[in-house]
Amino acid sequence: MVDVQIKERFIAIVGAENYDDSKAGRLVYSYDATPNFQSMPDAVISPRNAQEISQILKICSSRGIPIVPRGSGTNLCAGTCPTEGGIVLLFKHMNKIIEIDEENLTATVQPGVITLDLINQVEARGLFYPPDPSSMKISTIGGNINENSGGLRGLKYGVTRDYVMGLEAVLANGEIIRTGGKLAKDVAGYDFTRLLVGSEGTLGIITEATLKLIPLPESKKTMLALFQDLEQAAKSVSKIIAGKIIPATLEFLDQPTLKAVEDFAQIGLPTDVKAVLLIEQDGPVDVVDKDMQKMAEICQEQGAVSVQLAKSEQEAEALRTARRAALSALARLKPTTILEDATVPRSEIANMVKAINEISQKYGLSICTFGHAGDGNLHPTCPADARDKNEMERVEKAFEEIFIKAIELGGTITGEHGVGVMKAPYLELKLGHAGIDAMKAVKTGLDPNNILNPGKIFAKDNRKRVVVTQ
Amino acid sequence: MTTLKEQTIIQEEFVKRMDEDELLNCMRCGFCLPSCPTYVESGFKEAHSPRGRIALMKAVADGLIEPDEDVERSLDLCLGCRACEPVCPSGVKYGHLLEEARDIINQNKKHSLPVRAVRNLVFTGLFPHQNRMRAAAGLLGFYQRSGLQSAARKTGMLNWLPKNLSTMEKVLPQVPKLKEMKNRPSHLPADKPVKKAAFFTGCLMDTMFLETNNATIKLLQLAGCEIHIPQNQACCGALHGHSGEKQTAKDLAKRNIEAFEKLDADYIISNAGGCGAFLIDYGHLLKDDPEWHERAVKFSEKLKDISQILYELEFHKKVHLELPGQVVTYQDSCHLRNVMKTSVAPRTLLNSIRGIEFREMKDADRCCGSAGIYNIVESEMSMQILDHKMIQAKSANAAVIVTSNPGCLLQMKLGIEREGLQHKIKAVHIVDILLEAVIEK
Repeated sequence: MVDVQIKERFIAIVGAENYDDSKAGRLVYSYDATPNFQSMPDAVISPRNAQEISQILKICSSRGIPIVPRGSGTNLCAGTCPTEGGIVLLFKHMNKIIEIDEENLTATVQPGVITLDLINQVEARGLFYPPDPSSMKISTIGGNINENSGGLRGLKYGVTRDYVMGLEAVLANGEIIRTGGKLAKDVAGYDFTRLLVGSEGTLGIITEATLKLIPLPESKKTMLALFQDLEQAAKSVSKIIAGKIIPATLEFLDQPTLKAVEDFAQIGLPTDVKAVLLIEQDGPVDVVDKDMQKMAEICQEQGAVSVQLAKSEQEAEALRTARRAALSALARLKPTTILEDATVPRSEIANMVKAINEISQKYGLSICTFGHAGDGNLHPTCPADARDKNEMERVEKAFEEIFIKAIELGGTITGEHGVGVMKAPYLELKLGHAGIDAMKAVKTGLDPNNILNPGKIFAKDNRKRVVVTQ
Repeated sequence: MTTLKEQTIIQEEFVKRMDEDELLNCMRCGFCLPSCPTYVESGFKEAHSPRGRIALMKAVADGLIEPDEDVERSLDLCLGCRACEPVCPSGVKYGHLLEEARDIINQNKKHSLPVRAVRNLVFTGLFPHQNRMRAAAGLLGFYQRSGLQSAARKTGMLNWLPKNLSTMEKVLPQVPKLKEMKNRPSHLPADKPVKKAAFFTGCLMDTMFLETNNATIKLLQLAGCEIHIPQNQACCGALHGHSGEKQTAKDLAKRNIEAFEKLDADYIISNAGGCGAFLIDYGHLLKDDPEWHERAVKFSEKLKDISQILYELEFHKKVHLELPGQVVTYQDSCHLRNVMKTSVAPRTLLNSIRGIEFREMKDADRCCGSAGIYNIVESEMSMQILDHKMIQAKSANAAVIVTSNPGCLLQMKLGIEREGLQHKIKAVHIVDILLEAVIEK
């Protein structure tokens, strides 16, 4: 619990209406979208500006109170689960788009802005903010920055990191810093902007961001390629990239995922095929037409049973929306839905798909796979039941093998969901001991009292576990 | 306030009665958040979101927290609009969880004496008895016709009421005479009957909105239905089900199933989204009752909303519909849209009226804040939601707002009255505007 005097000081900063330590008020911020993680914070605070956050952090630092920044709580690595208690910081008051600068092609926003709201606002002006995580209708820009979120357009346009030009952040000691700015070139000192992006709230509290915008592509087309063989679909992905085409979207969904999604969306997705690729290209009309034509041919050469172009923007949007619902739709199948985002170089996608299938068979699990095949980022998902200990042990082992395989193929343990608590035990697989030490040195330097989202990224011990807590 | 002892009992009941699989089915992705009116209106408070409410229910069942007044507050503030259900990719049946939780809390806490008296009067004394509903409406009719109403208005007596109740008093429709409410044949033929329809008249619809019921019958006849109106039908039980009075709801359901099953009709027609959505869920309501479950499912399979049946029977293609030029918009009934999945039919029907311009209102699929008796018991939130609804209604610039549920209709009238727009905008039930548009040859 927060000590009474400290509570009074917090209330003096933000006002009583922005401080909540009721049981129900804390319970609803004890989780995020990650299965099997829940932990009560001691209080929930909704500051109104960076100065208030600075004052809060000074108190937290001097008292060693953990503090966890939280957007909409849609992350998938338990990054915003307050595993060590303390304060959950909400950004519901800091949700303004401060400026859209059409001369510099930037947007300056507060962290609580909903991703889709920003996208809609800039598109209305003929501009484009590409990062589009599947939760974009709910997620906040602050959350996207902290997790370095990707999305469906990652392979052509990159991820959140590639669009953050400058940040305002409050450090653990309460100092407010500004990094970068509306500058295409800026080499003044360390690139703190990049350091803070994806830092999962462990290095500072982001209070403002200047984002890069690009011109909105003039046209877009969408198609579905249907396959009766998983590996044919996966090979098509590598062939498309090798064919020197970078589509805007190149998504993979296997049959069990298709069935679950269709069950929800009811838009007539093909559920009688083993896999589909959702392919999009944007840009000038003639380039789009040429690329789509060529990609259709590649798919057919690889054995696609059918390639269908979306007839209207509504149909295309329905397909994208359905794809974004894939993870949650898979939650229909069983009570606990364990998802990962192992990522490999694009050329290895077929090998990874094959490995996932072999591993799932070995452990007697049904692993459904979907994901951003075009950038090598897959989401093998295992519908399970947390109450079944034996099954959870098998899930644990299967995912460990998937991680090891991904690293073996030159990949990583997480492409876009973050490390959080969930993947912390596996980080060393990717970074090695020296890598972890170097990162820890940065963390200790900026947050010596370890108050900023403690327990995330770095594992307390090296016992590997994703889902089994004991 | 619940006592600690009551909280212990409620917690035990949560463990026993809450559907654990359904609670686990929520994977907390948060896809429901933007669809939830109370989440948005409360300034993005997770405790007033579907994900938050499910987490609270689960936490009570898991013994993580007690069902204290904050938990109760969170559940009370839910409109029960169920907008979170169609957007939930995992298919969580939120409405069922809410109903069960509310029932557990209400059945195990001691309400204060006045609350108990009112609940008792409304839930067991009034709504289950159609004759008493008629009598109550008759009293209101007497009040309206006798000069009492104008006296009450002149003397300022109504100012004693909370503001939205006194406004509500103004927008209540002119109640028909008791005689009219009682004298309705139980069978009405069609010219060339193609289908046999049984009409669920609804307790409020058959008193205060008798005209709308009469219009419904007329439209069904025009669409080629012979109509049966079982005399022993009862209130649908929605009000009870949503307010933690599940047992009464079950009793009413059984009465209705019995009243309708003998008729062997092709369809059972409802013209109130709120009733329809409850009737269509009878199978779930009686899921643990082996004698009734199958009968309930059969009953629900026949149920259709009036706009859906008119659409399916191609009423709008068979009958010429025309009205003078005006802009018309449509406010969804949440339960009609989210539970009965009927949203295309009413729009298609309205679009086929010649002469008018149908203009979609922004956020038409968002709750208007009526939600049964919510606008009375949670009036502050309800009025906040209504005010936002009226902003959208005004920017649609429509002369007519069409609804398909009596609660929504009254709420829209209330909104128009609050904005002082009663001379520019009117709110009507869809069957009333359709009948008005019928040009008989």
